[in-house]
Amino acid sequence: MQRLFLALLSGGLFGAGLFVSGMTDTTKVQGWLDVFGNWDPTLAFVMGGAIVPMFIAWRLTAGRRPLVGGEFPAAPRPEMDHRLITGSVLFGMGWGLAGLCPGPAIASLSYNGTGGLIFMGAMLAGMAAAPFFGRQLDGLAAKV
Amino acid sequence: MEADWIWGLVGGGLIGLGGAVFLLGNGRIMGASGILGGLIDGSGRSNMAERLAFLIGVLVTPMLLLPLYDGGVDTHLTSNTAVIIAAGILVGIGTRIANGCTSGHGVCGISRLSLRGIVATVFYILAGGLTIALFRHVLGVI
Repeated sequence: MQRLFLALLSGGLFGAGLFVSGMTDTTKVQGWLDVFGNWDPTLAFVMGGAIVPMFIAWRLTAGRRPLVGGEFPAAPRPEMDHRLITGSVLFGMGWGLAGLCPGPAIASLSYNGTGGLIFMGAMLAGMAAAPFFGRQLDGLAAKV
Repeated sequence: MEADWIWGLVGGGLIGLGGAVFLLGNGRIMGASGILGGLIDGSGRSNMAERLAFLIGVLVTPMLLLPLYDGGVDTHLTSNTAVIIAAGILVGIGTRIANGCTSGHGVCGISRLSLRGIVATVFYILAGGLTIALFRHVLGVI
């Protein structure tokens, strides 16, 4: 029960943050990416504002356990691979095209009209298809 | 607007606080694509309720805040359905193959100085920037 409450609280804070920061406004996101147009720095402030509490949180994990028990996530892997790079490039292309990434797509679902629902449907389809594409990618990478 | 960066910082702080609660409370990394994607491809079956609770939180707080904004909030999403569908599919496939998006690799990865998080963020921002440059300034589609 505590785990569910904390998940709900976390999601609630995340959704509220996306909402008040303006990150569900696609012009702000595309404005940040559009260095040749009317550049909008807001996203950098959002990122910076989010990284500070998270940086402190990561420090606090040392020598402790999560509140509900269990273990903290393992240390990040150092190695890069084709999945990380290819996936990030594909994601960035979609992000630039519509100005939506997964968090804001969920947060804005209630006021983003039909387009928001269509984006969500397409994103879920992409997520469902991702394991297949991932295996194709692994096959390609093995040949290179 | 001049106030945009202040609300950006405030909102960013809330996002980071959400990530801190998920990490220190549940021992999990707050990544929107991973939490949602795990429900879609079945990899998150063991902690489905936790994922759903998180997603409900993300969806509901903006609904509660919306009435505070006179005249509502415009997301300025393109009306071009083909662009929306292509973008959605790319975001869905890309974030799952890369195992993270702006929240997982960006916020949670960079803040723990994860090289993978930093590299992923550099690549999706570059790809997004080039996509905007091409489709807006060269092709004029978006």
